[in-house]
Amino acid sequence: MQDLASYLLKRLGWMLLTLWAVFTLSFVLMRSVPGNPFDGERAVAPAIRRQLEARYNMDGTPLEQYRQALGNLVFHGDLGWSMKLEDYSVAQVIAEGFPISASLAIFALVFAVILGVTAGVISAVRRGSVADVGMMSAAVLGIAIPNFVLASLAILLFVFLIPIFPAAGWGTFRQILLPAICLGLPVAAYIARLTRTGMLEVLGRDYVRTAAAKGLSKRTIVLRHALPGALLPVVSYLGPATASVLTGSLVLEKIFALPGMGSHFVNSALQRDFTLSMGMVLTYTVLLFTMNTIVDISYAIIDPRVKMQ
Amino acid sequence: MIASSTPLLRVEDLQVYFPFSRGSLLRPQKGFIRAVDGIDLEIGEGETFALVGESGCGKSTTARAIINLVRPTGGRVLLEGRDIAGLGDAAMRPLRRVVQMVFQDPFASLNPRMTVGDIIGEPLKIHRLAAGRDAQLEVIRLMDLVGLNPRFLNRYPHEFSGGQRQRIGIARALAVQPKLILCDEPVSALDVSIQAQVINLLMDLQQRLGLSYLFIAHDLGVVRHIAHRVGVMYLGRIVETAAVDELFNNPRHPYTQALLSAVPTPDPRQQSTRQRIVLKGEVPSPDREYPGCSFVDRCPLAEAGCREVRPLLPEAPHATACIVEQRAESH
Amino acid sequence: MSVDAAPTDPVQGSPSGAGPTSGVGPASGAGQPDAATAQRALRESAERERLEQLLEESRNIRGVSLWQDAWRRLKRNRVAIFSLWLLATVALLAFITPLLPLQSPVDKDLQNRRFLPPNLAAAHLGDRPSLQFADNRLTAELAEFETRIAELRSEAAQIVDPAAREKRMVEIDQRVEVDHPFHQLWHDLGPVSWAMVQVRIAIFGDWAIPSIFGTDDLGRDLLARVFWGARVSLIVGLVATLVSLVIGVSYGAIAGYFGGVIDAAMMRIVDLLYSIPFIFVVIFVLTFLEDDKTKAYLESVGVSRMTIFYLLIGAIYWLTMSRVVRGQVLSLRHEQFIEAARTIGAPQGRIIFRHLVPNVLGIVIVYMTLTIPAVMLFEAFLSFLGIGVEPPDVSWGLLMDEGVKALSSVKTFWWLALFPGLAMAMTLFALNFLGDGLRDALDPRMKNRD
Repeated sequence: MQDLASYLLKRLGWMLLTLWAVFTLSFVLMRSVPGNPFDGERAVAPAIRRQLEARYNMDGTPLEQYRQALGNLVFHGDLGWSMKLEDYSVAQVIAEGFPISASLAIFALVFAVILGVTAGVISAVRRGSVADVGMMSAAVLGIAIPNFVLASLAILLFVFLIPIFPAAGWGTFRQILLPAICLGLPVAAYIARLTRTGMLEVLGRDYVRTAAAKGLSKRTIVLRHALPGALLPVVSYLGPATASVLTGSLVLEKIFALPGMGSHFVNSALQRDFTLSMGMVLTYTVLLFTMNTIVDISYAIIDPRVKMQ
Repeated sequence: MIASSTPLLRVEDLQVYFPFSRGSLLRPQKGFIRAVDGIDLEIGEGETFALVGESGCGKSTTARAIINLVRPTGGRVLLEGRDIAGLGDAAMRPLRRVVQMVFQDPFASLNPRMTVGDIIGEPLKIHRLAAGRDAQLEVIRLMDLVGLNPRFLNRYPHEFSGGQRQRIGIARALAVQPKLILCDEPVSALDVSIQAQVINLLMDLQQRLGLSYLFIAHDLGVVRHIAHRVGVMYLGRIVETAAVDELFNNPRHPYTQALLSAVPTPDPRQQSTRQRIVLKGEVPSPDREYPGCSFVDRCPLAEAGCREVRPLLPEAPHATACIVEQRAESH
Repeated sequence: MSVDAAPTDPVQGSPSGAGPTSGVGPASGAGQPDAATAQRALRESAERERLEQLLEESRNIRGVSLWQDAWRRLKRNRVAIFSLWLLATVALLAFITPLLPLQSPVDKDLQNRRFLPPNLAAAHLGDRPSLQFADNRLTAELAEFETRIAELRSEAAQIVDPAAREKRMVEIDQRVEVDHPFHQLWHDLGPVSWAMVQVRIAIFGDWAIPSIFGTDDLGRDLLARVFWGARVSLIVGLVATLVSLVIGVSYGAIAGYFGGVIDAAMMRIVDLLYSIPFIFVVIFVLTFLEDDKTKAYLESVGVSRMTIFYLLIGAIYWLTMSRVVRGQVLSLRHEQFIEAARTIGAPQGRIIFRHLVPNVLGIVIVYMTLTIPAVMLFEAFLSFLGIGVEPPDVSWGLLMDEGVKALSSVKTFWWLALFPGLAMAMTLFALNFLGDGLRDALDPRMKNRD
């Protein structure tokens, strides 16, 4: 238990350090952009401009601005105001988009794990068969075809040709299904390959042969003895998988017109909404860090040989 | 016994300690692994000194420390009278022509991407001993010397068998014409029949070229042929040294006796009537501290005083680091 | 066993010059030194001859290096070899694209040719009426252009004042740069491409392959755009991967080789950078590049947007490469052949370049073939979002973006999504299969397995 506490403490420290680094870097970048974000938009009266500057923390020397911004963030959890979405604070925008993106991501991951592991196990158990070759070819497809191509094809097929799903919008389960599947497929493909490799390795081990010699049913052997060991690389892949899902959501939210964090982030990039953009980068950093920590801990729990460092 | 004024190699109180830390963030613990805990030995010209012991007793580390592949923590290594302990790679370079090494794993000790000719010829290049055609001829000569077919100069290590690869390693060591070769378990990874061939080759080379060897092994049987003197190691310390026949006929340290009893003899009658000494307990971890004798927990002769005082190896032809034995000797 | 070799045995040869020494038995004893020396000389020359003979014979016996071994294994993997051929073809075609008889990738025809499905209608360079080329042909227009310029030049040659003449000449040159008909049909041609286009016109004239891929919403021929887009996508893939390779391999090799504190510090930095979701940071940085002022600033400094693009993308992928290389170098560092190299006295440089690098190369190559598709996907990703390659440049990602947009409308212009999608998918597949094949072929565990 002590190990766990000290580990979590270290991870927290790292996360704070990382966030601080990202924050400072972004701040420097933002301030080093020549010109003012308010130039060239419309002619702004001096009084209003001063107000704007105060609101966006652009008054005072750079160092003062930095301290102010950092202080706001640390003590008040205040990420500032969005530059282009008037009257919305960054935190509000994020809060709005978060549930959508989160549910999309979770659905996609769950789908990916279930599909991937199942496919991988079947492939491994029936190695060399038509099922194996077929599934692994499909897996390569899933990995090499870009997300958005897949999504476009899916829309073509399932929205226009065979209208099962609605094209866009948000709210019902049906509407989330297609985007989640498209998001999860590449991840499922990779997981399938990982599972297959892991299973093949484990199935060749002596303790599995012992289990077979003991007369246990194939299903028991595969599910209870082989699978847990084979899943280790999958568990450690969940960290990068989350990153992949979050990245993929940027594109998919655009295609399916979902008002999640992803589309807001992309828009902030296109609209040059620096504060919103930075706020989202910080949020994504926290999300990924948390996910990676959870994965590390799970890994250490599952595999007793691993020591948490 | 060679009586020389300056032995080729003399090691005094060699120590190699590896630090490590343990424990959680809030309560860190530091410790040392005493891989080599004060070793003395001496090798003369044309002589073979065998260092034997179980796995993990520190023999390989000793060899590596002697040629500074691993930095010694303390002690002196006198090569031809000059202390070389702790020298850096640059300072060691000229000395590489005096002492060389043959490694244990015939598969891993050769660069898989170099031809055999390149491997054997590399020392010639580095030390500028020969160039061009002369270098190639020298490589051919060396291959011939160790019993390899020189026509396979342009082949790659993976195209040879284990025994042949070991010969390549020996040829490489011989390229600089050294006086001393450290052989780190050179036959442990080979089949038994091949082991004999390689041992014979080493002995033959010793006779022809006047080489000295520090021969490391965990198997006493292998050592009997090639060694002049033997040192027995346990947990980083030498517990007994003697001339080879003397050691085999009259082992004094209880550990040596146990080791010898495990060596099979070819005579089945003798084998069945022999008494196997089985030591109790297991080899303790090398990070424990032993103010006294490190063998104390497993030794059949252990007494109270053994825990307090560390037994020293006297300077004698047949020396034993055991206070009980030393007492028995002096009576 | 007793020791018998006398210390005075003349057994070691002299260190300078490696004359073959026979090291044969003990000296023949005192007395008759001349005979002994002569005997030895005779032996030595015979010995030398024997060695020379062996050397000659060795020349005929070649070993099979691990690379050759791996290549043989790769050749047996039909899919991988097919992928290799495919990629070579794609690369070649992309390179000689200016030579190919394609239509213009940038020429817009909003009146007549919007959204045409794949067809075989004849096409010629410069046949768009609104271009107002002479004869509606590029060749004719070029001829006229040349004549005009020649006239201007001969006029300018008449000017008496040398300074004024110089100035006029320069003006004419500038006019050639700006007004040349090529600029209507191709965007931003480098000198090599320019020359290639000229050769193309010389060989094929105005004839161009019809729009067998159809046209897009601005009337541009898709076939040409796919080919020209290939160049950009492939270059981005290669250059960015090279950037990540150079940074990653150096970083990882240094960290792995020196170990200890240096390694720990360097890897801590990598860990830190790893936990930053780099893709998001890149997008964030690209946000700045969208800004007009920034663009102007960069242009003034001479750094093109594409260069920053390459650097940024390369910056994402070097982390994993450095980790992989460091891991490999670390495990190699303790291999016995590295210890052996140190033991024979090899200096550090030699160890790194002669021993470590060749053994790391395998995994670097494999990783490279797997990074290139990742990079290309990422470029497509960015272009799709609108922050990647910008028009009038064209890349596969940009084409995909346009293709998807075309799908969402009422009528499905399927060709706009299908052909670029196919091209991209095909290339990525090939790279992935090749990478897998390379990984299998270079796997050291499969040494000597037949």
